[in-house]
Amino acid sequence: MKRPAWRPRLAEGTAPVLAVLVALLIGLAIAGPAYDSVEGYLALLKRAAPLMILAIGQYFVIVSGGFDLSVGALVTAGVVIAARLIGGDESATAWVIVLVLAFGLLVGLVNGLITTKLLVPSFIVTLGMLLVLDGAVFLWTDGAPRGALSTAFRQFGRGSVDVPLLGEVPYSVLILLVVLVAAAVFMRGGTGRALVAVGDNEQAVRLSGGQVDRLRLLAFVLSGGLAALAAILLGGFAGVSAQVGQGLEFRAITAVVLGGVLLGGGRGSVVAATAGALSLEALFTLLNLLGVAGALESAVQGVIIIAAVAYASLGSGLRHRLRPRRATTTSEPRDPRQPASTP
Amino acid sequence: MNRTLLAVAAVGALVLAGCSSELPAEDGGGGGGSSATDAAKSEFFDQAEFDRQLAFREASADGPADKPWEQMIEPALVDTAKFAKPGGGYNLCFSNAAVDNPWRQVGFRTMQQEVEQHKEITKFTVLDAEAKDDKQISDIQSLSGQNCSALIISPNTTATLTPAVEAACATGVPVIVFDRGVNTDCPVTFIHPIGGFAFGANGAEFLTEKVDAGGKILALRILPGVDVLEQRWAAANEIFADSELDVVGVEFTDGDAAKTKSIVSDYIQREGQIDGVWMDAGATSVAAIEAFQDAGVDVPAFVGEDQQDFLRLWVDEGLTAVAPTYPTYQWRTPVIAALKILNGEQVPSEWVLPQPTITQDDVETYVAEDMPPLHYAMCGCENMPGYPGPWK
Repeated sequence: MKRPAWRPRLAEGTAPVLAVLVALLIGLAIAGPAYDSVEGYLALLKRAAPLMILAIGQYFVIVSGGFDLSVGALVTAGVVIAARLIGGDESATAWVIVLVLAFGLLVGLVNGLITTKLLVPSFIVTLGMLLVLDGAVFLWTDGAPRGALSTAFRQFGRGSVDVPLLGEVPYSVLILLVVLVAAAVFMRGGTGRALVAVGDNEQAVRLSGGQVDRLRLLAFVLSGGLAALAAILLGGFAGVSAQVGQGLEFRAITAVVLGGVLLGGGRGSVVAATAGALSLEALFTLLNLLGVAGALESAVQGVIIIAAVAYASLGSGLRHRLRPRRATTTSEPRDPRQPASTP
Repeated sequence: MNRTLLAVAAVGALVLAGCSSELPAEDGGGGGGSSATDAAKSEFFDQAEFDRQLAFREASADGPADKPWEQMIEPALVDTAKFAKPGGGYNLCFSNAAVDNPWRQVGFRTMQQEVEQHKEITKFTVLDAEAKDDKQISDIQSLSGQNCSALIISPNTTATLTPAVEAACATGVPVIVFDRGVNTDCPVTFIHPIGGFAFGANGAEFLTEKVDAGGKILALRILPGVDVLEQRWAAANEIFADSELDVVGVEFTDGDAAKTKSIVSDYIQREGQIDGVWMDAGATSVAAIEAFQDAGVDVPAFVGEDQQDFLRLWVDEGLTAVAPTYPTYQWRTPVIAALKILNGEQVPSEWVLPQPTITQDDVETYVAEDMPPLHYAMCGCENMPGYPGPWK
């Protein structure tokens, strides 16, 4: 396939979510006095960073045609394990961080292996993993977390570092940027494109010699590892809690869908999924600033997910009819029924 | 397209699951950011009970002052001679609602240690209902057939467990109910601290004293619909309504530290300044305080609880704070009551325990640096033989 000349371009589905995000940020600037400076937005980014990282992990799994429902429980497990092992002992920080990350990768590996080798749908595998982790954490802690996180461990989610021009930038924002850039580069590369192709048409990838199982396994492992990273940031942000991960899997899925990523896989960009997560967090902040009851959050998430999926299901036909010229300017107009190109 | 539909259905199911498990069943007594200002009376407010509990706070308790778990306020003693069974060799049975939060864990450990201290108790049979009414009903039935010398019940919910408790009473075993109550007076004694109205009032009164008129108060609640928590808020709401304070928000935190911190940060931005924070339970108080610290503003007057992490922060940072308690030492009392009953000694039909409040003057005596962050200071366990091992 002939490559179009490089120019700054947005993957399909990115533009709507960016428009939503900009609208929300403008809304925040009007509604909240804190959002007239860089600090206000950095504080928002800091709070949104764990969800954005989870959304990146969830994106890998969803775009390759699966679901990962275990990430919320994995976050809880990560925080509870870290608190119990550190127990306030500063010197334990380093190896516990390594262990938490390894635990996340391991859970992802198990999810991936069961999905690909035992051919159990990922929805069921990760739902089972959610229950297993929830139960195990409950059993281990008797329902109440013990121990405490060290100051050094909490730095990643709570502390900040002085950056020229920007001032105090939270560590979690820097970590998020690194992850986001790495994810974007990865998705532009061969393996990333193959991952999308698996979600689009698994059979075609198999026939053309792609290693479908290995790609899917990779998606789950990445999701598990990023969930562990989110656990470190969330534990740092707010301390030990057995409720820290509750409902996060659903939020991450909402964010990814809001980012225009097709459920079932095959279409969507990782930057858009991340922007979806930031939009969600900005929306909740805005609702709170406007004095809307917190109980509405779940309802809002529900409406968003249905609207976003409906918009995606109406398909490119509607979008092209609404903006007829767009089809010719989009870099890679693609019929979703056709197998995607593999490098 | 089939795959998309499946996925949509799956996510739809998720939405439903999320709603049914996380959303409050009903909006009890003015939840939500803006509705707080109308200060309507909570449906859980009961003027007579409110007055009674506030009077109990001033009443002097009978019994040893250094052992509040043996004290009783205005007791109406009943005869227990018909249950007397001197000689020891007791099989003490306990149907526990749950051990699913730090408060119940500290309490249950304290109870186990209390049992250890009494050689007359040769067997301690415990069934944990895991916060399920139906499991507790069958637990109580099964304990009825296990030759219990006395049966202690900590009910999961009031109305649903009442028939099961009545059935247990009918077997002739002395029944002792504590913590939450039931709608029957068949148990020999019902043990509880003064109650939720006093708890809520202690914190709210502190804020009316420490915060200037017109000051902005943020109220943080765990979740609606739980009577003990609703009573705390109903009392605070009553006191705020009669004060010059401005309650700018009443928010539910689900007991989640991250959510608490985000909510408090939002309010600091929205209101510019918060002058006092009232909480119905202290588990997330440290997260709420951190929101002020991270925003770079002074921590205002705070109502927490007797968890160690809050007490430590209070002392270290020199906060203006108060800690109403729902003392975990009440878990010692049912064991003591059971032994009294089996000895034929009188016990009060309603055993009201004192409910101390930790203040600026005595907070340092409750700080225990080596205890876990969510250990409850008011456990009355410091002088028990095994301390601090089992509580760590």
